[in-house]
Amino acid sequence: MSTTVLAFALRRTGATLLLLLALSLLVFGLLYLAPGDIARNLLGTRNVTPEALAQVRALYHLDEPFLQQYWRWLSRAAAGDFGTSIRTGGAIGPMMLDRTGVTAATAGLAFLLSVLAGVPAGIASAVRRGRWPDRLLAGLSVVGVSAPGFAVGLLALYVFALGLGWFPLYGTGTGFLDGLWHLVLPAAALALGLGAFVVKLTRAAVIRELDQDYVTFARGRGLSDGTVLRVVLRNAAIPIVTSLGLMVAYLFGGTVLIEVTFALPGLGSLMEESVLFKDIPVVQALTLVVAAVVSAAALLVDLSYLLIDPRVRARTARR
Amino acid sequence: MIRIRVPLVPAVSAALLAAVAVCAVARELVAPHALDQDIYLGVVGGGVEGHLFGTDQLGRDILQLSLAGARSALAGPLVVAAGSMLIGFFLGTVAGYRGGVADMLAGRYADLLLALPAVLLAIVVAGVVGRGYWITVAVLIVLFSPSDVRVVRSAVIEQAPRPYIESARLLGIRPFRIMFRHIAPNIFPIVVANLLLNVAFALVALSSLSYLGLGVPPGAPDWGRQLADGRELLGDNPLAAVVPGVLIIVTATAVNLLGDWLSELLDRRVVAR
Repeated sequence: MSTTVLAFALRRTGATLLLLLALSLLVFGLLYLAPGDIARNLLGTRNVTPEALAQVRALYHLDEPFLQQYWRWLSRAAAGDFGTSIRTGGAIGPMMLDRTGVTAATAGLAFLLSVLAGVPAGIASAVRRGRWPDRLLAGLSVVGVSAPGFAVGLLALYVFALGLGWFPLYGTGTGFLDGLWHLVLPAAALALGLGAFVVKLTRAAVIRELDQDYVTFARGRGLSDGTVLRVVLRNAAIPIVTSLGLMVAYLFGGTVLIEVTFALPGLGSLMEESVLFKDIPVVQALTLVVAAVVSAAALLVDLSYLLIDPRVRARTARR
Repeated sequence: MIRIRVPLVPAVSAALLAAVAVCAVARELVAPHALDQDIYLGVVGGGVEGHLFGTDQLGRDILQLSLAGARSALAGPLVVAAGSMLIGFFLGTVAGYRGGVADMLAGRYADLLLALPAVLLAIVVAGVVGRGYWITVAVLIVLFSPSDVRVVRSAVIEQAPRPYIESARLLGIRPFRIMFRHIAPNIFPIVVANLLLNVAFALVALSSLSYLGLGVPPGAPDWGRQLADGRELLGDNPLAAVVPGVLIIVTATAVNLLGDWLSELLDRRVVAR
């Protein structure tokens, strides 16, 4: 049995790698999507002399065929060498590494907040289906899903930082605790949409299980509510865990706007600066890294499926 | 006992959206002075010199500017939702009904675009290709379509094995006619509900891009743009950021609430039939 499971895992990993390869081709193609001469674009604001243009063409091997350029770029990127930034002239790899900490901390905190608040709220909502706490939460989660993080972030800045003075306005602070304190508002703004999504998802999953025959039967047999709920939650956990992968993608999308709003020097604000400056090599590198992280998360979730749910394991083995 | 229930939430949402739509259509009538600058006045807080919500850096009236922003808040998202649903409807129907290569291609197309967060991809593509409201709208249509493809495809797959399709097939009706005359009306509720959800998503995405300076040109009335400008005015006139921020949140919420209500209603209709 374990060999078939292994085969599934390998097949799934292979599919992810293929997808990434296709994505990387698109990302590399960004360079050619940009209007204007590529060499000129790559020069940025530097002096455009024929010598400089020739130098850039040689440096980026622009006279070679597209696929050859692509392969050179990809193989170097795979080794961690993403080239140099047009804007700063520095190496892109270390530049991204510098900025990763803030983003990881904000996204991680937002993830924790949304799961710690969203899952219990979703369960409570499902158990009290149709009554006022459920309807209140349903209404709130529609607002949470609808409200863009940057708008909520700005309102939160105004109320909690400027008005009440509970939180700092901008920046990252110094030291661990102060740093954490600076990240609370951004993480909360990022977590709002995600948390609302978690509430909706948890509620739907728990209700689906509560409607099953085995619950009616267990109740009929006189099992206590607590015992029934424990079984229900184990079954409801599967769709919730599956969507964790989706949530990683969501976090990366939202973090750009949140970091810009709160002036955090993370990967998101690096993306914003690079996009506005048309620093295409950096944009390419960032997009590739995000694609890799998001795909890896999706892959991990799929594989963890095999561990969590014996039924899926059995189905895979039978196939 | 038959009780006519007035659905309060959807009614309020619809009224709100109607107000936004009026501002969007009759922008020149509702907010004639939206773009009037008064650089001598500069930023003032709410209530000063007849400006109910104060002014921004350029001395523009926040109330008028916000009313005028309704147009870009509604026009683009509607086009995005309709455009992506058009792609999603055709590709999804063909993929779901025909299966085979068509299904495989549509599936890969969706996989490729869904591997990255749509907003991030929109930022990248809009930033690299060029800035401008309608370019951004076009980019969003492409980026929103894969989820529509998926939704329509699974709805069609659910319809395909039903007896009415089988009998249509036995009658010798052409596949194209079956797809778009027989199946289409039955997946209509899903299409409409998804359309509204996409309007809300597109509103958020477009204002996000404007917020980053990638959507509307500088100076144009747009809620996202206003938020970006208002970020620097939190001390002088917080309303410059608060008013458009609340407008985005309220409008997106109203669209979503209406969408939820409509999909539930249409769902019940289909079941009842």
